[in-house]
Amino acid sequence: MRFTGLLLLAATVLITGCSQPPEQVNVYSARKEALIKPLLDQFSADTGIEVNLVTAKADALLERLKAEGEHSPADLLITVDAGRLHRAREADVLQPVANDTLAQRVPERLRDPDGFWYGLSVRARVIVYAPDRVDASLLDSYESLTDEQWRGRICIRSSNNIYNQSLVASLIAHHGEEAITEWARGMVANMARDPVGGDRDQIKAVAAGECDLAVVNTYYLAMMANDEDPATRAVADSVAVFWPNQGDRGTHINVSGAGVTANAPNPENAIRLLEFLTSETAQQWYAETNHEYPVKSSIAVSEQLQAWGEFRQDGLNLAKLGELNAAAVKAMDRAGWQ
Amino acid sequence: MIMASPVLVVAASWLAGVFGNWQHLLQTVLPVYLTNSVLLALGTGSGTLLIGTACAWAVARFDFPGHGLLSWALLLPMACPAYLLAYTWTGLLAPEGLLQQALQLPLPDIRSLPGAIAMLTLVLYPYIYLMARSAFIQQSAVALDVARSLGAGPWRRFFRVALPLARPAIIAGLALVLMETLADYGTVQYFGVPTLSTGIYRTWFGLGDITAAAQMASALLLAMVLLLWVERFARQRRSITDTFAQRAARTPVTGWRGAGLVAALCLPVLLGFLLPVLQLVAWSAPQLETALDSRFLALLGNSLLIATLTTVCAVTIGMLLIYARRMVPDRLRHHAARLAGFGYAVPGTVLAVGVVLALGGADRAINTVAESIGLQAPGLVFSGTLFAVVFACSVRFLTIPVQGLEAGMARLSINLDHAGRSLGKTPMALFRRVHLPLLQVPLATSALLVFVDTLKELPATLVLRPFDTNTLAVRAFELASDERLADAALPALAILLAGLFPVILLTRATLRATEVSSAPRDKAVSAHA
Repeated sequence: MRFTGLLLLAATVLITGCSQPPEQVNVYSARKEALIKPLLDQFSADTGIEVNLVTAKADALLERLKAEGEHSPADLLITVDAGRLHRAREADVLQPVANDTLAQRVPERLRDPDGFWYGLSVRARVIVYAPDRVDASLLDSYESLTDEQWRGRICIRSSNNIYNQSLVASLIAHHGEEAITEWARGMVANMARDPVGGDRDQIKAVAAGECDLAVVNTYYLAMMANDEDPATRAVADSVAVFWPNQGDRGTHINVSGAGVTANAPNPENAIRLLEFLTSETAQQWYAETNHEYPVKSSIAVSEQLQAWGEFRQDGLNLAKLGELNAAAVKAMDRAGWQ
Repeated sequence: MIMASPVLVVAASWLAGVFGNWQHLLQTVLPVYLTNSVLLALGTGSGTLLIGTACAWAVARFDFPGHGLLSWALLLPMACPAYLLAYTWTGLLAPEGLLQQALQLPLPDIRSLPGAIAMLTLVLYPYIYLMARSAFIQQSAVALDVARSLGAGPWRRFFRVALPLARPAIIAGLALVLMETLADYGTVQYFGVPTLSTGIYRTWFGLGDITAAAQMASALLLAMVLLLWVERFARQRRSITDTFAQRAARTPVTGWRGAGLVAALCLPVLLGFLLPVLQLVAWSAPQLETALDSRFLALLGNSLLIATLTTVCAVTIGMLLIYARRMVPDRLRHHAARLAGFGYAVPGTVLAVGVVLALGGADRAINTVAESIGLQAPGLVFSGTLFAVVFACSVRFLTIPVQGLEAGMARLSINLDHAGRSLGKTPMALFRRVHLPLLQVPLATSALLVFVDTLKELPATLVLRPFDTNTLAVRAFELASDERLADAALPALAILLAGLFPVILLTRATLRATEVSSAPRDKAVSAHA
């Protein structure tokens, strides 16, 4: 063990000592490699700055950042939800960035009030339904999903999932913990089956007739609708999208986002990368490739998203989702939402 | 102590005290977690015990058509990470899946607690099979012959003689199975079965309470300690060592019974390997040409490098621990071997965080010292390099060589050592000339298990790897967890194939060693007697 340690140490010293390029930026990303690497490559090609990438789950990356402390090599932390960015700020591993370009490109509610993090793309959590079995005029809001008429008809994934936790956190922000614990009980009562699988599984279950409604993120459905496999496309085509809460505060959204780390060795490069990720090119790429909504509304979205039309977004400041995450988990625990 | 540091860091969480979340957990979800974990462990434990021991006995004692092939084919399901098997079987049974299409029958959804038990049983039974088989093969014919001459039928011979003799090896395998089952996250998470291990993640990530999460993890550890302790207590003062080296010959089984036996033995291979591979091939075929590029080879290279380094580290350290105890069997060394083994029972991500904390501390210390004596700070030499990954995997899988070698060593009579020492051999020479040749089988077995396990390892590698270092398991998981099963199929297939070669290679080596080891062993005994 010791011997291997020494060997590795020697190797590392050699590698880092000899071949360190002059300009680089180190990224810890919770966004999966396939969904970020093409953009990072583009950034390297444009600027000559080399991008080094580690992907893992956000919470684990956060622990790694904390443990590495002032010697951390990381410059930028990318996550796929605002809650974790808020948690990173609370853990003092991010630094505030005051930058006019970023402030102008990212709307205020999609970034940290003090510039600790910035949203990069918007995702909406919507209701999909089987048009042949559900009269869309009966659908209204997340709140009304607990109505008696939906008993045993809803599919939704586990409460372990961050998107459900964020959705429930947003509901708590609007209605309070007690009311939403009750709401979660109603959801459990209306479930067609115990929660299994991911968002795509819920869509498939609606198509297969196992349930009539499901709560999912839009880009999953959009990606299925544009899949190479005709069977997957057929599944996506057999369901329809309903935008909840259009009559009041708007549909629940979340962002993928990023923040510059507190001990970043290359903070300027990290900010340049942030600027690139909010640029028109990058925003368009998100919209086209992953069917997410750009943070800036002026940018054109993919055909699929255009077909679904515009919708009103919940204006809640997303930092709230992080603050209320634990409360959301507890509410679902009490309701027996697996 | 170094190897145990990540686990100790986790256990130290109790020092932080008990907070309010425990009451919430106890009142709401903890009873569910506990029930499911216990059921999962019971189900998987009995399932693997049944399949593993039965297959091992059949292969060790009977001769039938395809014996050579089946003896290693039964190991194949081991190469498949449980979560991948779970994804694949879900696909197989889905309405658009291969099986449903072929059979035209409505098939049940596998995503349930019994489904999780089935998946874990299929990937984990080879642990017991492997350990039990080498134990059965090495059993002398004499004991069985004596039993036969005393009028014991085949069942009685099996249950009263062979099974008790193989018990340490089988228990060692079962301990691995149970630890792996309780630490499993991927399968139960995908199947929506809340267990202690998903509960740990949820408490940590969802409630943001790392203290309570670590406390739950150490409670899981405690369960393991108890389990092993009970086993040890039951085995106390019943030392079983072999003195005769004559192997029992395999009984030929032919006709209908032979065909039935072969069919039964093929079943776990079919369900745990062939069918899933077929589905993976079907998924990956369309993209074979575009995906097999240099980046894919880099993935393969990284996976093999990490697995090889970890195997060497874990087996060497395991051997040292066991040998130190053999030479000086005091309490300290005994507990050192025990303690070092617990990394296996901790869910991967929790262990990874333990490693981050332990190595991060070491790194900070090194940097502080370097700066204080005027040197340039070396940066994160431990936690920021491949060292962290190899260290974490070694900690996680150290228990495999420790258990395997301990069981192997237990079978060697201490008189061998006494004889050697009385002839003036140093411990080193004794080890080289006597123990090492006799331990070939458990050594090869442990090495194989560690190698394949590291190849499949996900959570620790995911968290700890340095920049731009991907492995097959990381790639497969990233795609599969995004529900892009078809894209995940190719790296998944590569894990299976990369695991295949060592399985075949080492099985052959093991078989050869068991077949010829009677010779040097007789020599060793007679030379020192």
